[in-house]
Amino acid sequence: MLRVEDINVYYGAIHAIKGISLDVPDGEIVALIGSNGAGKSTTLRTISGLMKPKSGKIIYEGNDIAGVPAHKIVGMGLCQVPEGRHVFANMTVLENLELGAYLRNDKEGIAKDMQDVFEKFPRLLERKEQIAGTLSGGEQQMLAMGRALMSRPKLLLLDEPSMGLAPLLVKEIFNIIKEINAGGTTILLVEQNANMALSIADKAYVLETGRITLSGTAQELASSEEVRKAYLGG
Amino acid sequence: MESFMHQFFQQLINGVSLGSIYALIALGYTMIYGIIKLINFAHGDIYMLGAYFGFYATTTLGLPFIPAIIFSMACAAIAGIIIERIAYRPMRNAPRIAILITAIGVSFFLEYGMILLVSPQPRTFPAVFSATVYNMGPLVANSQQLVILLSSIILMAVLTYIVNKTKAGKAMRAVSFDADAARLMGINIDRVISTTFALGSALAAAGGVLVGVYYNSIDPLMGMMPGLKAFVAAVLGGIGIIPGAMIGGIILGVVEAMVSGFLSSTFRDAAAFGILILILLYKPSGLLGKNVREKV
Repeated sequence: MLRVEDINVYYGAIHAIKGISLDVPDGEIVALIGSNGAGKSTTLRTISGLMKPKSGKIIYEGNDIAGVPAHKIVGMGLCQVPEGRHVFANMTVLENLELGAYLRNDKEGIAKDMQDVFEKFPRLLERKEQIAGTLSGGEQQMLAMGRALMSRPKLLLLDEPSMGLAPLLVKEIFNIIKEINAGGTTILLVEQNANMALSIADKAYVLETGRITLSGTAQELASSEEVRKAYLGG
Repeated sequence: MESFMHQFFQQLINGVSLGSIYALIALGYTMIYGIIKLINFAHGDIYMLGAYFGFYATTTLGLPFIPAIIFSMACAAIAGIIIERIAYRPMRNAPRIAILITAIGVSFFLEYGMILLVSPQPRTFPAVFSATVYNMGPLVANSQQLVILLSSIILMAVLTYIVNKTKAGKAMRAVSFDADAARLMGINIDRVISTTFALGSALAAAGGVLVGVYYNSIDPLMGMMPGLKAFVAAVLGGIGIIPGAMIGGIILGVVEAMVSGFLSSTFRDAAAFGILILILLYKPSGLLGKNVREKV
């Protein structure tokens, strides 16, 4: 579904991504793990079009989308949930979800997807009219994910969905990620919480200072000595 | 005492109608600032352009008042879009001071370009409807003042509806709050910025036509002072906040009218800029502004 080929990304003079290639097969959950500053978020931002790679290809459903503006990529069914949620804090929960469906015009389809989002996240239904900025961190994460689902993504990019959340809530979020995937959406997941990520992923890549150092099935990586030491706490 | 109250209410009527013009211009300032964090110093000159579009619509085209104001708003909207395309868009990632200087350049270009095109002579704006004077007890309001007030209220109501209820308005608010997140919703930021310039310019143009009707005289430099005053109004209400611009404009107009009425009209401008200094000293975020929170 998505194949990234040897991309290089710069922040000004800083070479942040040094020739990364990865493969996200249709229907799977692929995890990208690594420590802070390894380039995980930059990789996602480049795929979603917020940043442009200096070189390399990003093949999505057979087309090279490197350099295509972000707002067009969303229309192709590729949607990113940004790190730190980035909900529209000055608008209501409902308005946030409506903005998620910004590119769609099928009223009935939107209403139906809204129902689905509320079923997945009942707490959002309770707080429908509430201003998003007053939600808790977990609720904002749910809203950011629900908002992304409103665009009917075929491929969902999730950036650190567990960040700053209580363990119980992390479990809940990850269960929902599995559920979304079971519904047919392919997922590329960036996580510092490698344990959690590997427990639901089919495949994973380890990123270190802008390079991929390891890759394999989630099981292989979870049992690899190197990964256990560096990311899984022994 | 009675004469004081009389004077007070009379100046209130004058102030509110002047203030609603400031509010119309201030809305454009504040919307454009909200979207691209630019103080568009050429905005007062869009108001001047609007007055001229209205002038030609009524004289050359012979249009009545309402079609003329709509014609002027449409022309100014297009002018606003073109200015943003040519002058500001190439500077999108430039340092903010560079864009500010560009805006001042655009302002001079419009002012002296118009002097070249239509001569610096003031034009007499035709009387588009008969001036009726309404006496309410001892108070006097003329039909122009009522038209200004009514038109401003209608335009502000339409704007509020667009911003709060329509898809385009929601996109504007989203971009103004968090541009990257808006892009991830599929919102085309360039188009939203164009829409904002179009709306802001149309409102300023309406202000220009209304002032033409009110004072009967327009000239290419007429936008300088109201442009600055509207900027004060926008800052007073809280720059980037739409209801703030409306309130700031009205307050500024009323203060100016009171100062003219009770002191002397020579202190009018001093009062307006005194307000700017006070608000910057004591509440820089404006009357409706919240304290700026740092985004993490």
